Amino acid sequence: MLAEKYQERIEKIFAKYPDKRSAIMPLLYVAQEAYGWISPEAINEVAALCQIDPTQVKSIAGFYTMFRETPKGKYWLQVCNDLPCALRGADQFYQELLDYLGIKDGETTADGVFTVEHVMCLAACDKAPMLQCNFHFHENLTMETMKALIEQWRAEAKAAQGK
Amino acid sequence: MANILLREKDIPGIGQYDTYVQHGGYDGLKKALGMKPDEVIQVVKDSNLRGRGGAGFPTGMKWSFVPKTEGPKYITVNADESEPGTFKDRQILEYNFQQLLEGSLICAYAVQASAVYIYARGEFWDIGPHMEAEIEKARKAGWVGQNIGGSGWGCEVYVHLGAGAYICGEESALLNSIEGKLGQPRVRPPFPAVAGLYARPTVINNVETLANVPQIIVQGAAWFKSIGTEKSPGPKIFCMSGHIEKPGNYEFPLGLTFRQLIEAAGGVRGGKKLKAILPSGASGPLLPATDKVLDTALTYEDVAALGSVLGSASVIILDESTDMVWATLKMARFFKHESCGKCTPCREGTYWLLKRLEAIYAKKATPADVQLIEDVAKQMQGKSLCALGDFATSPVMSALKYWRDEFLAYTQPQKPAPAKAGKDKVVAGGD
Ligand SMILES: Cc1cc2nc3c(=O)[nH]c(=O)nc-3n(C[C@H](O)[C@H](O)[C@H](O)COP(=O)(O)O)c2cc1C
Ligand code: SF4
Ligand code: FES
Repeated sequence: MLAEKYQERIEKIFAKYPDKRSAIMPLLYVAQEAYGWISPEAINEVAALCQIDPTQVKSIAGFYTMFRETPKGKYWLQVCNDLPCALRGADQFYQELLDYLGIKDGETTADGVFTVEHVMCLAACDKAPMLQCNFHFHENLTMETMKALIEQWRAEAKAAQGK
Repeated sequence: MANILLREKDIPGIGQYDTYVQHGGYDGLKKALGMKPDEVIQVVKDSNLRGRGGAGFPTGMKWSFVPKTEGPKYITVNADESEPGTFKDRQILEYNFQQLLEGSLICAYAVQASAVYIYARGEFWDIGPHMEAEIEKARKAGWVGQNIGGSGWGCEVYVHLGAGAYICGEESALLNSIEGKLGQPRVRPPFPAVAGLYARPTVINNVETLANVPQIIVQGAAWFKSIGTEKSPGPKIFCMSGHIEKPGNYEFPLGLTFRQLIEAAGGVRGGKKLKAILPSGASGPLLPATDKVLDTALTYEDVAALGSVLGSASVIILDESTDMVWATLKMARFFKHESCGKCTPCREGTYWLLKRLEAIYAKKATPADVQLIEDVAKQMQGKSLCALGDFATSPVMSALKYWRDEFLAYTQPQKPAPAKAGKDKVVAGGD
């Protein structure tokens, strides 16, 4: 239950706004951290905390690209291939990354470690190609550095599994 | 000249409270607190500072619209920065945050606001803790909270993270998003100055706009007007991206030419020839690389005279190798994805522009389709609730104006059977 596990954080969130409803987005982030995605119980818990109908919370979650409406890989890679990045090779970079992982746009690897998607401009156009992995930016990438990151994350995922 | 906005280039660590204060930080707020709120507004009015978020609205005038009623009033800082090619506000948030904070507090004092909400796009996730920590330092020093600087006036500052939606940069959608509603624009009037956040009087300003304010108060309106041109005074950050040798943010007084700006960023990448410029991300019309364009001064009025906009000054450079059909398709994809779906011309129009452009790019279209996208774009203009509906037409209209031949070269005289147009399903939302 979010309410118990994250009590202090949740209280801080509510204190920021005159209206409970404003806490929906910040609480969805908390829920996503707790469950890994915006699961049906996450929706219900956020709705109960904000004293609002779950369908409204669901529509908010669906409106934004940073809320995961379905479970994703442990590493959620969002590669920018919008125009400015594409002018600096992002399309080719994206294709090579997909090929390296053996998946298609939007898919998750069979081992559940990586989900790869393309996204619109992330305000890092001067550092293309770039991506966001679980909300952290990685910029000025080459396939060389990308492969090294993939192998590092793969090893981390394996180590976490072994525990 | 020393940077006024990208100050970390001259003073590393200026984004940290201690360093900021060592270099005159909070002198502006101190001075403002010694003035009447209206006097502060007057200085900003006199400076002719114009909004750096895209529309260029006079900032002091915007503040003066806030009524002097009792009860809560709000400042919302627009840090949604999602226009393709724009990455200037991010640099301020990361490296010169205290200056933005001070500017926001001066604005809050001028309209007697009780809280500032900084709305940062969710992808600025890693900057969130830095902002929170710096706000806390300012609070400990007495610049945030109750009775600021002994003035009797108090103000809170909060960070609210978005979650990935370009439309939330539109000011009324931004307010809805903070309120926990769908991030869709509101019908105006009422305007935010009268009934904004939680239906209370609200000022919405861009990050870069507010970062200008402390020095305007310290050095005065005349100082600010001595930078840039008469109608477009002040410094401006230019985001250089695309086919440019040294992409990044560059600060200059408004009024330098496109040619000077491109030279400052190292010229076109690989010594190639310039083909086109997008002066304001995907939302402003394309300009061809003629001498007339290159010698145009980067001011609100001069770029407008060319039929484009200075906007947020996110300058995307396209070299001679660029396929304009491909570039237009990329931008159509962006607007299709980002249309919030509230009004029909924008929702359906962005869908059709994308579908037909895809067909053209796949060489599965006829010259009639080229005419069709132009007609669709014309039909969309001026018919939408917010400016996104118009933004979406500008790449198409401007690309066809200057590079129509490239579109026609992709088409076949006869449409390959069976006819496609009638079969395409119209879907709302999604990609
Ligand atoms: C679709 C759309 C997206 C926008 N995105 C932003 C944005 O990311 N940042 C911003 O400051 N202004 C953005 N604007 C402009 C805002 O609506 C508003 O004019 C601006 O924040 C006002 O601040 P300023 O006067 O300081 O420029 C956008 C407008 C539209 C129509
Ligand atoms: S013009 Fe487009 S983005 Fe703006 S309100 Fe209408 S549908 Fe939404
Ligand atoms: S286009 Fe990729 S970060 Fe802007």
